Amino acid sequence: MKIESDVHSKNMIKFAQENEDVLVLSADLGTSCEVKEFPKVFPEKYLSMGIAEQNMLSWAAGLAREGFRPFLHTFAVFLYRRPLDQLEMSIAYPNLPVSLLGFVPGITTPGGVTHQSIEDVGILRTIPNMTIFDCGDATDVESALNICKEVNGPIYVRMLRGQMPRLFSPDKPTEFNKGRVISEGNDVALFSSSICTEEAMRATQWLEKQGVSVQHVHITTLKPFTDPLVVESIEKVKHGVVTMENHVTIGGLGTAVGEVMLEHQLHKQLIKVGINDEWTHGASKPYLLKKYGLDAASLIRAVEKILDKDLGFKEEELEEIRLEDYDRV
Amino acid sequence: MDNNYTIADVEKAAKNIRKHVLKLTLERNGCYLSQACSSAELFATLYLRVLNLSESNAPRLPEKFPGTPSKDNMDYIQGAEYHGSLKAPYDRFFISPAHYAAPVYAALIEANRLDEEALEMFNRDGYSMEMIGANHTPGFENAAGTLDQAISVAGGTAHARKLRGEEGRVFVMMSDGEMEEGQLWEALQAAAFYKLDNLVLLVDINGQQVEGETKKVMNIEPLEDRFTAFGAKAVSVDGHDIQAIEEAAKQGEKNKPLVILCYTDPTQGIPYLNERRPILHFVRLKQGEEFDKYTKFYNEM
Repeated sequence: MKIESDVHSKNMIKFAQENEDVLVLSADLGTSCEVKEFPKVFPEKYLSMGIAEQNMLSWAAGLAREGFRPFLHTFAVFLYRRPLDQLEMSIAYPNLPVSLLGFVPGITTPGGVTHQSIEDVGILRTIPNMTIFDCGDATDVESALNICKEVNGPIYVRMLRGQMPRLFSPDKPTEFNKGRVISEGNDVALFSSSICTEEAMRATQWLEKQGVSVQHVHITTLKPFTDPLVVESIEKVKHGVVTMENHVTIGGLGTAVGEVMLEHQLHKQLIKVGINDEWTHGASKPYLLKKYGLDAASLIRAVEKILDKDLGFKEEELEEIRLEDYDRV
Repeated sequence: MDNNYTIADVEKAAKNIRKHVLKLTLERNGCYLSQACSSAELFATLYLRVLNLSESNAPRLPEKFPGTPSKDNMDYIQGAEYHGSLKAPYDRFFISPAHYAAPVYAALIEANRLDEEALEMFNRDGYSMEMIGANHTPGFENAAGTLDQAISVAGGTAHARKLRGEEGRVFVMMSDGEMEEGQLWEALQAAAFYKLDNLVLLVDINGQQVEGETKKVMNIEPLEDRFTAFGAKAVSVDGHDIQAIEEAAKQGEKNKPLVILCYTDPTQGIPYLNERRPILHFVRLKQGEEFDKYTKFYNEM
C-alpha cells in the first residue's frame, strides 16, 4: 500500500487553476490544513479570516451569494461546533454552494476532546440541504473537490491531511453517493468509512483466512445515503451487518445503515463499531483506536458476535499498526 | 501568595520555564517553544509573586488519565486543584490558550506544585498531562483547546464571587490570537456591565499565531483603545519586565475589569528562534545541524 502526502494541497491548487471564482478561506489553521502552498500560487484567492469562525461562515455565505465558490479550511470541530447556527442559517438554509473542509476528523488528532469531531456526522445529518462526504484515502481526498462542484450546495467534508494511504486506484475516482466494494462475500456485510476502512482491511484479511466471507463496502457519502449498493449488500449476506466509523455510534454511519434496514425491513443483526457514547481525550492514534474500540481487533470481535462463534483471534496475528505523525495537533 | 520569592527567583524561574520546554522540544520531536519564550516572565511572575494561592494537594507526579466527566465520574482530580483551594479568599487562575500547556506545566514545576520528574509525563498516552490542556490536566480549569471560552467561564466565576461578596480575584491568561474571536468581546462587555473589578485578564501579545504574524493574519490593534472602549481598565507593559507586570496587577480601578497587555517577544531567551520567523507556532527541529545547535544551547543554559 502506498503512503502519500500533500494530496489535498496539490489538488486544491489544481482545482483553483481549473475552476473560476474559487476562494480558499482559513481561520488561522491554513498552514495545518494543507493550504500552506496555496497562497504562494494564488495570493489573491486566499482569504485569511483569523481565529473567528462564526464570522467566517456567514462571510463565506456572503461571498457565495455574489458568485464566488468558497472552500473553508480549518479543523472539523471549528467548522460545525462553534458556528453551528451560522452553518445552518447562513449557509444550509439558503442552500449556498459553500464547501466546509474539516480536517483531523474524529480521533485523528492528539489534541483531545476540543479538537476531536466525534459527533459531526450525527449533527449534520439532521440538517436539511446538507451533504456530507467522509474521506478514507488519497483517492477520496482527490475526488472531494469535484464532488463539491457537482453537489453545488452546502457540503461538509471530513478531510485528511499529511500522510495517508492510497487504498483505491486514482483511475477510478470516488463518486458521489456511491459506495466502493472492497471485497465480495455472503457471510457478513461490513460498511466502513473514514480511517476505519484502512483499519478494517487488516481485519478482513484475517477473517478471510478463517473462512469468513465478508461483503466489505467503503462508504464516503453519509448524506444523502441512498446508494442501492447498501440494500443489495445487506440482502446478500447470511448472518448480519457490521458498521465501523471514526465517530460515535449514535447518529453516524451505523445509524444511517440501521435506518436503511428498518426502511427496507431487512431484519438482520446490526453491530455498530465506533465510539460508544463517551467523550474521548488526547493521545496517539494507535492508543485511541484501541481504547475507544475502533481498531481491527474490535471489528473482529464484532464479527464473532454476529456469527456467534469464537474465531480464536489473537491480537499478535494482526499486522503492526502503521504509526503516523500524531505528535502534532 | 508566597512572599518568599524574590525578583531574582522569578527571573530564574522564567529561565527554567524556557529550559524545560526546550528539553521537551528536543526530546519529543517538537513543542510549543515560542509560547514558552514569550510567556515565561508572565507565568513566573503570576505564580511566584502575584497570585494569592493556597498549597496544592494534587499529586506532584500526575497520574493516569482519570476519564472524562460523566455522572459516574465527577470526583476526578481537576487541573485547577494544582492551584490549591478554589474557594475565596484565594485567587483563581484560568489559562485560556490550551496549547500553552507545556509552559504551564513548566511553570507549575517552578512554582513547586509539580515535581521536575513530571515533565517526563508530558504527552504520554494514558496520562493526564496532555499536549492540549483540558479539565483534568494540571493547571487547567476548563477544556481550553477551543479558544476564548475560558474568559467567559472566568467571568461567571468572578460574577459568582461578586454575588456572594467574596474576596479574591479571578485571573485569566490569554494569547493575542484569541483577541480575534467574538466571544472575548462578549465576555468583556458583560464584565464591564456587571462591574467585575475582581476579574484580571493578562494577554501574551507575542505578535504570532499559526499562520504567521498576527498583523498579517487578522489585525487586532489598537488593543488598549479597544479594551478601554469596552469599559475595562487597560494597561500595556513590557511582558518580560517582572516588576512592570507586578505593578500593573495593582492598577485595577473600582467597578472595572483590569486588562494587562503584555507585549512580548516569541524568541526571548532563545535567539536562534529568530531564524524560523515568521512560522513559530510549533517548533520541530530538523535533525542534523539545527538540532545540534539547539542541543548545545540547551546544555549551556
